[in-house]
Amino acid sequence: MKILICITHVPDTTSKIAFKDNNTKFDPTGVQFIIGPYDDYALARAVELKEANAGSTLTVLNVGLAETEPTIRKALAIGADDAIRVNADPTDSFFVAAQIAEHAKAGGYDLILMGRESIDYNSGVVHGIVGEMLGMPSVSPVMKLDIEGNKAKLVREIEGGKETIEVNLPFVAGCQEPIAEWKIPNMRGIMSARTKPLKVVEPKSADGGVATKKFELPAPKGAVKMIPADNMGQLVNLLKTEAKVL
Amino acid sequence: MPTLVFVESAEGQIKKTSLEAVAYAHALGQPVTALAIGEVDKAELENLGKFGAQKVLHANDAKLNQAVIQAYASVIIKAMEDEKADMLVLANSSLGTPVAARVAAKIGASLASNVIALPDTSAGFSVKKSIYTGKAFSWIELKNPKKVIALKKNAAEAKEVGGTASITPYAVSLSDADFSVKITSSEKATGEILLPEANIVVSGGRGMKGPEHWGILEELAKTLHAATGCSKPVSDMHWRPHHEHVGQTGVKVAPQLYIAVGISGAIQHLAGVNSSKCIVVINKDPEAPFFKAADYGIVGDAFEIIPKLTEAIKAAK
Ligand SMILES: Cc1cc2nc3c(=O)[nH]c(=O)nc-3n(C[C@H](O)[C@H](O)[C@H](O)COP(=O)(O)OP(=O)(O)OC[C@H]3O[C@@H](n4cnc5c(N)ncnc54)[C@H](O)[C@@H]3O)c2cc1C
Ligand SMILES: Nc1ncnc2c1ncn2[C@@H]1O[C@H](COP(=O)(O)O)[C@@H](O)[C@H]1O
Repeated sequence: MKILICITHVPDTTSKIAFKDNNTKFDPTGVQFIIGPYDDYALARAVELKEANAGSTLTVLNVGLAETEPTIRKALAIGADDAIRVNADPTDSFFVAAQIAEHAKAGGYDLILMGRESIDYNSGVVHGIVGEMLGMPSVSPVMKLDIEGNKAKLVREIEGGKETIEVNLPFVAGCQEPIAEWKIPNMRGIMSARTKPLKVVEPKSADGGVATKKFELPAPKGAVKMIPADNMGQLVNLLKTEAKVL
Repeated sequence: MPTLVFVESAEGQIKKTSLEAVAYAHALGQPVTALAIGEVDKAELENLGKFGAQKVLHANDAKLNQAVIQAYASVIIKAMEDEKADMLVLANSSLGTPVAARVAAKIGASLASNVIALPDTSAGFSVKKSIYTGKAFSWIELKNPKKVIALKKNAAEAKEVGGTASITPYAVSLSDADFSVKITSSEKATGEILLPEANIVVSGGRGMKGPEHWGILEELAKTLHAATGCSKPVSDMHWRPHHEHVGQTGVKVAPQLYIAVGISGAIQHLAGVNSSKCIVVINKDPEAPFFKAADYGIVGDAFEIIPKLTEAIKAAK
């Protein structure tokens, strides 16, 4: 089986978000970058599938500038065989999807795995766009994925429940927990990742017709009002008359 | 040119988030056509007129009773063509967002999801989107003539504007390729208030000590007509079902009121609740970080406080 896993390089979930250049650029000062948490679930499942199916290959792809390479190496350390970095700033979902589709067209993948959403743009759309571009089904958010022959059985989360799905390979999936447990690279993985192939390719042109104008931060939260534990009547009253939410 | 709104339904009822989408589309100023797919009560379709739809298309093919994303995308694309609509508005959801992605890619539309406010049309057409899991926003210009907008909950208020809508059955021919994804079964909580759409959420964390203690939270939730949620460790330990897990890696909620009980307030949990209008935190530790994100805080033992709170709400009714 040939598997493609698409990962983002995003600020750690504990990061404080700030912008610079008059709120037009993300400020990476002091920010730790990680593999997107959902992408990390997808990657973990991809490694399991690769190990369960002898002769499989797992390629990791990221659309990003040179600074994303340590994140890509981490995915190699976790178990991907080789990597591709499309050398571009990933500011537009359509553009990113076009790069993934371009590579996937030539690659002949049986399975294209992604996260349900990136945690920087939170768009949750790249898998759908790639699916449409390749004329393949796309399923997201996937909580369970099993493959038998050329058929896959998936569980997709829906509001208040889940649905079981059958689909033939190839297809695109956006993944989330509990599809697999996050994997931590071991020493051998880290050593071997250094020499695994990481190819850098230039992007093809693609334009989704969107442009980010500026960023904004939410207004700071006012101080918390403490209520004595023995006065729930007061709380209910404030929720009614002050917050007006009851 | 008209705006098409894809309205979602559950158990025959139009979802509140879809009414918000109709209201949003109405506020854009162009004529609004709503498209409902699958079985929906007739009164519910008529009701869409009150929120600003002039016309309602109802694609009620038995094949469409299951929400297959590609098939729904095909119906929407066809309806946009037939209505000569240049704009699609829908609510973000496990169905809406993937459908929006496929439609936009197919018709060459500029796409924005997680949109939280009406557009700024002073120079071009820009929408405000929630990013970094609610920690920031971006203004995005949608430049193509065709546009697809997926709304986060509360992007517009579902206000009645008092119109009426004509209802037209809408027949479409679907191909086998539209059904390459087969839904073989689905499990869905029925009659319950669904977490992503709830106006009030009562959420419990590890401080609740075990699944056997959820009764008091359920009682509180019932009194408030609220949905129940939980922190990640709680669903990881299977104290509660996975679809109740709130946070960075779970459901992002945007209720009027979020009541957090025995949850410490880790940044990943806060990322899922920071769009709430009002947050109440109940925790026995006065240093719990959640208090910094709260509007109202109570320090004390949840097992004593929750029944008292439920009583106080009943008494105030
Ligand atoms: C990449 C990543 C993603 C994550 N995503 C999520 C996510 O989506 N959602 C999420 O929730 N977490 C997420 N987490 C986990 C998060 O970091 C925290 O570990 C988690 O939120 C803690 O859950 P908790 O508050 O229930 O438990 P704890 O941190 O153990 O807190 C329990 C709280 O209960 C209080 N308490 C105890 N007894 C009582 C009592 N009798 N009465 C009142 N209060 C009491 C304690 O004072 C304490 O504050 C993520 C972590 C990572 C690394
Ligand atoms: N720059 C990128 N490079 C590779 N994959 C990406 C990139 N951006 C998004 N993806 C993939 O698409 C998924 C959904 O992203 P999004 O639509 O931005 O929420 C992510 O979880 C990744 O798997």
